[in-house]
Amino acid sequence: MSAVIDTHGHGHTDHDGHEHHPSGLMRWVTTTNHKDIGTMYLWFSFTMLLIGGVLALTIRAELFEPGLQIVNPEFFNQLTTMHGLIMVFGAIMPAFVGFANWQIPLMIGAPDMAFARMNNWSFWLLPVAALLLISSFFVPGGAPAAGWTIYAPLSLQMGPGMDLGIFALHIMGASSIMGSINIITTILNMRAPGMTLMKMPMFVWTWLITAYLLIAVMPVLAGAITMTLTDRHFGTSFFNAAGGGDPVMFQHIFWFFGHPEVYIMILPAFGIISQVIPAFARKPLFGYASMVYATSSIAILSFIVWAHHMFTVGLPTAGLLFFMYATMLIAVPTGVKVFNWLATMWQGSMTFETPMLFAVGFIFVFTMGGFTGLMLAIMPVDVQMQDTYYVVAHFHYVLVAGSLFAIFAGTYFWIPKWTGIMYDETLGKWHFWLSLVFFNVTFFPMHFLGLAGMPRRIPDYASQFTEFNQIASVGAFGFGLTQLLFLYIVLKCSVLRKGEKAPARPWEGADTLEWTHLPSPAPYHSFHEQPEVK
Amino acid sequence: MNAPAAASASNRRMLKKLLVVALGMFGFGFAMVPFYNKLCEVAGLRELWQPGEANAAAVNTQVDLTRKVTIEFDSNVRMLPWTFKPMASSVEVHPGELTQMMYEVKNTLNEPVTGQAVPSYGPRQAALYFNKLQCFCFTQQTLAAGEVRQMPVVFVVDPALPKDIGTITLSYTFFRVDGADRKAAKG
Repeated sequence: MSAVIDTHGHGHTDHDGHEHHPSGLMRWVTTTNHKDIGTMYLWFSFTMLLIGGVLALTIRAELFEPGLQIVNPEFFNQLTTMHGLIMVFGAIMPAFVGFANWQIPLMIGAPDMAFARMNNWSFWLLPVAALLLISSFFVPGGAPAAGWTIYAPLSLQMGPGMDLGIFALHIMGASSIMGSINIITTILNMRAPGMTLMKMPMFVWTWLITAYLLIAVMPVLAGAITMTLTDRHFGTSFFNAAGGGDPVMFQHIFWFFGHPEVYIMILPAFGIISQVIPAFARKPLFGYASMVYATSSIAILSFIVWAHHMFTVGLPTAGLLFFMYATMLIAVPTGVKVFNWLATMWQGSMTFETPMLFAVGFIFVFTMGGFTGLMLAIMPVDVQMQDTYYVVAHFHYVLVAGSLFAIFAGTYFWIPKWTGIMYDETLGKWHFWLSLVFFNVTFFPMHFLGLAGMPRRIPDYASQFTEFNQIASVGAFGFGLTQLLFLYIVLKCSVLRKGEKAPARPWEGADTLEWTHLPSPAPYHSFHEQPEVK
Repeated sequence: MNAPAAASASNRRMLKKLLVVALGMFGFGFAMVPFYNKLCEVAGLRELWQPGEANAAAVNTQVDLTRKVTIEFDSNVRMLPWTFKPMASSVEVHPGELTQMMYEVKNTLNEPVTGQAVPSYGPRQAALYFNKLQCFCFTQQTLAAGEVRQMPVVFVVDPALPKDIGTITLSYTFFRVDGADRKAAKG
């Protein structure tokens, strides 16, 4: 069964083999196959990455010079807000769900996800939500402009664009929750015989923990935006000070969701890196058990640090100290993970193909973002840096160089398995080096801008900030254009189907089930008979 | 097909459990509202004063508590058929302290009369330091026939008052305002 190889090549994973399923568009609309759904998740998230990227480049174009050139301030606020919402909920999160859909059944030896139809629904909610979100640009008053955190009272005062944004978030949240339920059930109930929890690949472990985080906090976000909605339209006063509410409470509820959310966006990245590095160091992952415990600790700690996003709202001193120390504590398990990756590489027979380049680049740049995070965790320092470009630099170091680089690493790592075709190594290396250089050109100057006091989310700035902003803008356009190269590399494998045919196990150090038990490309239906894991 | 059926049943059980968790967390979001309000109340976060001063009256830090000044009240009428007297003949105040004194005035005629009070101070240099925030002397007063009225004067003695002044006399004299009566009678 698992040895069926797709040889008639119209479209990647397009396998009209032994079952009757619709072809053409209806195949994708009605599919319950985890590979199809994973592919759709990945393409969706790449589309959103490009849309969010265009918004970001418009921001950088406006900030190329002081003064107002291209957009007016109201539209600028919409750009920053929508860039954040689209990248977080449209690009990064669905990309990891796409990886989960493709890889979790393959890595645990399951035939498909536990709830295949719900899986289809989880995905198809996303384009609907994205359309709602983007259509908010065209309603009176424009798109949400209160920042991606949609803080009250601004979010209570805006036009109908905010309602569209809230509905979109509700739908995306429902999609995430269903996706997480699917992932948890698949992992807990459908592992191959013999695969105990502590034998699961790290990627599966990180997604199990991430899925629990999602189930715990997405409903809290749903609650917060429901309160915003009823404050706006049904006369409640959760956050409306005029009616006895408290806008600061929105920040508490939002960040109770928001801080676990940032780990939701990084833990699967840790998982991908933990697969890639052992494969290219040709050594098993160093400290597997400590990796599992570190990931769990990060997840648990993420629930008790949210107020470090709110050091300037007037918390009592005891609260400030608690949240400061709890936040710093997270550096310990994170340090364990970085240590383990380095120890895995130590004395390994390393080669540096593109996935490994992105993984090593990830460790380098993500760790820098981790250190700036540690600085921001220091409450008296944060009071100076709150809402400056230093914060912008910090979270782009962990979200772009962290999550996005891990997504790239994972794509290059698994695309031979997904398409059966090896990506273009030369272009892949170009993609890595251009991304790494332009990323740093874009975001490293933002540290200096922030330390010098340039506030975020403002379309104009004082003229002494000009040079660093121009460097950042040049880097941003370079980074954006580089991603078109990535699009070409992926299209070349998947649609154009040009390149070397990939062997079943193109990476000699890779030893999880998808490499050892399945051909490349992975057949449309795999693991109907589960493999035995020793 | 027994094994897949069992697997699917156990999947469905898991689905239900996880849905309950999700719904519970949705409720938790709303439970944070009363929890937050209670916490703010217990921690006193909504009190905008310094800790401990929340329930105390606002304290005027300008008050010179090291000394007291006696304020004597005097009242006169001039060519006016009114009786006019302060409710107390004197008070002791700290410079800087906000003080209010009431005067009572009565029109003894059977027709409306308008008067204007004019203050004077003894010693005369105390006038520089005697700040009236509200006074019946700021406007003309019209009393109907036989009317009795209590009128306030609110004042602060400037803490810069020279140390050698221990007593200030505030003296009012009510004068009749001619012409105003005729207007009032007509109006």
